Amino acid sequence: MENKKYIEIDNRKVEIEDERNILELARKANIDIPTFCYHSELSIYGACRLCMVEIEGRGLTTSCSTKPEPGMKIKTNTRQLREIRKTIIELILANHDKNCPTCQKNQSCKLQDLARRFDIDEISFKQTEKDEPKDESSHALIRDPNKCILCGDCVRMCNEIQGIGALDFAYRGAKVQVLPAFGHDISDVDCVNCGQCARVCPTGAIVPKKEIDEVWEKIDEDKMVVAQIAPAVRVSLGEYFGKEPGEVSTGQIVSALKMLGVDKVYDTSFTADLTVLEEGAEFLERLETDQNLPQFSSCCPGWVKFAEQYFPELLDNISSCKSPQQMFGSLAKKILPEKNNIEEEDLSVISIMPCTAKKYEAKREELKDEIDNVITTQELGLMIEQAGIDFNSLEPESLDMPFGFKTGGGVIFGSSGGVSEAVLRYVSEKVTGKKSDSYEYRETRGEEGIREVTVNLDGKEINMAIVYGLANAKKVAKDVLNDKCKYDFIEVMACPGGCIGGAGQPVSYDLETIKRRGESLYQIDKSLHLHKPQDNPYITECYDDVLDEIGSKRAHELLHTKYYNKQRISKEGLELIKQSKDKKIEIGVCVGTNCYVKGSQELLRRIMQYIQKKGYSDIVDAQATFCFENCSQAPVVRIGDELINGCTFDKAMNVLEEKIKNI
Amino acid sequence: MAKESLKMLHFEKICEILNDYDYRPDKLIPILREIQEEYRYLPEEVMTFVASSLDISPARVFGVATFFEHFKLSPRGKYVIKICDGTACHVKGSMNLYNTIKEKIGLGDEEETTDDLLFTLETVSCLGACGLAPVMVINDKVYGQLTPEKTEKIIEDIIKKEKDGEEE
Repeated sequence: MENKKYIEIDNRKVEIEDERNILELARKANIDIPTFCYHSELSIYGACRLCMVEIEGRGLTTSCSTKPEPGMKIKTNTRQLREIRKTIIELILANHDKNCPTCQKNQSCKLQDLARRFDIDEISFKQTEKDEPKDESSHALIRDPNKCILCGDCVRMCNEIQGIGALDFAYRGAKVQVLPAFGHDISDVDCVNCGQCARVCPTGAIVPKKEIDEVWEKIDEDKMVVAQIAPAVRVSLGEYFGKEPGEVSTGQIVSALKMLGVDKVYDTSFTADLTVLEEGAEFLERLETDQNLPQFSSCCPGWVKFAEQYFPELLDNISSCKSPQQMFGSLAKKILPEKNNIEEEDLSVISIMPCTAKKYEAKREELKDEIDNVITTQELGLMIEQAGIDFNSLEPESLDMPFGFKTGGGVIFGSSGGVSEAVLRYVSEKVTGKKSDSYEYRETRGEEGIREVTVNLDGKEINMAIVYGLANAKKVAKDVLNDKCKYDFIEVMACPGGCIGGAGQPVSYDLETIKRRGESLYQIDKSLHLHKPQDNPYITECYDDVLDEIGSKRAHELLHTKYYNKQRISKEGLELIKQSKDKKIEIGVCVGTNCYVKGSQELLRRIMQYIQKKGYSDIVDAQATFCFENCSQAPVVRIGDELINGCTFDKAMNVLEEKIKNI
Repeated sequence: MAKESLKMLHFEKICEILNDYDYRPDKLIPILREIQEEYRYLPEEVMTFVASSLDISPARVFGVATFFEHFKLSPRGKYVIKICDGTACHVKGSMNLYNTIKEKIGLGDEEETTDDLLFTLETVSCLGACGLAPVMVINDKVYGQLTPEKTEKIIEDIIKKEKDGEEE
């Protein structure tokens, strides 16, 4: 008893447990201290000053950055504090584009909510005149600087949780802005489209890009429209209509979509089942041949782009399987036209995803035309509202066959750990050669951002890592490159908790919401008859009819893909010798990170010396360039139109002499 | 040939600077300062290169570079002319000097630097040499008690010097 420590908040005794700060303690005592810049998952910033409290004997201080100490007497709601908060909100509002009715965050905006809570009926400060252009360059997100309140939540999210830092503060004082590097468009920098910035943005400064109009257009045209719904959508759409997080509404979603005019509603979990078989077989083969291990999962398009930018040398380790969304698109476009007696161009495939990166994925060059449009859970909610459908009183309907039939393994894909568990359900039976009644691998579940799991299958040990958050992925990937770990399989999801924490989900600033969505997915798994993807009879049928067998050539054509190195930032070469038109031969030496590490700097120096010594300066132009997107073959040198991978000085000079001879 | 090796030196120099600071991200500001001494400004590609080398994001480097007035993001002339426009100089007609130079070196309205990268013209708030008003500084050299005529002569001399240098 004596060990308990207490603090007094608004005259009530509150026990101190392991709270990091007074703000968390106050929340435990059911007092919601307002804040813009505090998120329990991010570092403490203390910028917005809204969370000020009064500590007896110490005066005013920000509760987010003050540790609770026993005996503190705290007031969270005094006249002075109310006035300070009001002033802060008024100042922000005077700097804010207040076109609320046309803002995507209307009614889910923190600023709007706090303005209402603090009863702001007049703004005492003069409105600033700013009219910055919106950045609509990305397929996934829209950035509107006029609505930014400079809380830095997006900056810290991208930096701390995702390990990217695509956004940061730039300029100074009154001119401060949150910008991508060099003020470029967001689509030209290292953004992976995960949208977590939008998830934490308190206002409408960063929002997912909508494709609702395009979808309405498809429905209005005389086309067959089919939709797939991702696992995570069914446990979160209810929130949009006032239900508790995690409430399952699969049946209502089907009826709503049918009412909207969608002809068939299928389940992404079906192709998730399919993914498990393809990815599992690929994994077993790699285990056997001991090649390209560890195998990384490939379902998350945020992770895939991240790896393409930062870990080109690991691209062969990523499963070549398309994500369930793309497998669905590819299969649907292959099978459905014939089945329904229509031309391929008369079929539209729509996905409903919890994710903004899926919008980008669907538009990738090598995958495009498989999926026509991707809308988020939020967008589906909005469409249902637009159609005037009373979602909560809808009679549930069942998904259409055959792509609507799934096992539990395909459903838990929406949660971090789900892919690993589903793969284990398949791989275990393959390795042991026995059918088993149990199907749960509870060790794969959990809330930590990096989880290590070792499973023993009849003496064969399989080491797995389950990761969410790309900063965590970066750490694990570096360990893999430095031989610091012995994993066989690594699952990576960009978003906290997996897809259920995606940026397309109904707005929620509470991590508890994500947890409850996840629990629901595992409940659905329990309530289904089948749990193991290999038991899905429609998948078997699919192989018999179209795909041949698991891992076959046919399956590869339709269900697998390739990855490409990507430059972090689109940019021009760094010029070393002044470029002139009369130079006959151009040499480009890549000094991007990978080539740099492999000694391209020294290579360039020697090439330069050689050119000068031989007196070639008049005909040869040498440049350090930043990236040829061929990083796995570093160092890379381009001479004229020839790209030399794994270049050495001798190789380069041979080619150069050859070219000079030919002039 | 001299020009070419100078460019090469730049790149070697960047690597050298990064080496000197042991690739420490917390030394970003001194690293950028030394790089700017080489290039007279911070080219975008160089900032990206620095970011990759220090394992920080290009947006963070851009943030630091835009925070400080000292860092320049667009190319600067070989001769940076700073006209003092503090109260004393302003009263003594510093803007006449500014306009004279602007016309002489052929700068457009929103421009700071000439196309041939010879001159950059800017105003500063106060150089602290009010006794010499009006004052200007070209690179590190201070010129005081100027008139438009004197100023024009100074600029003409520089242009001539540069021309002769090229011919040699």
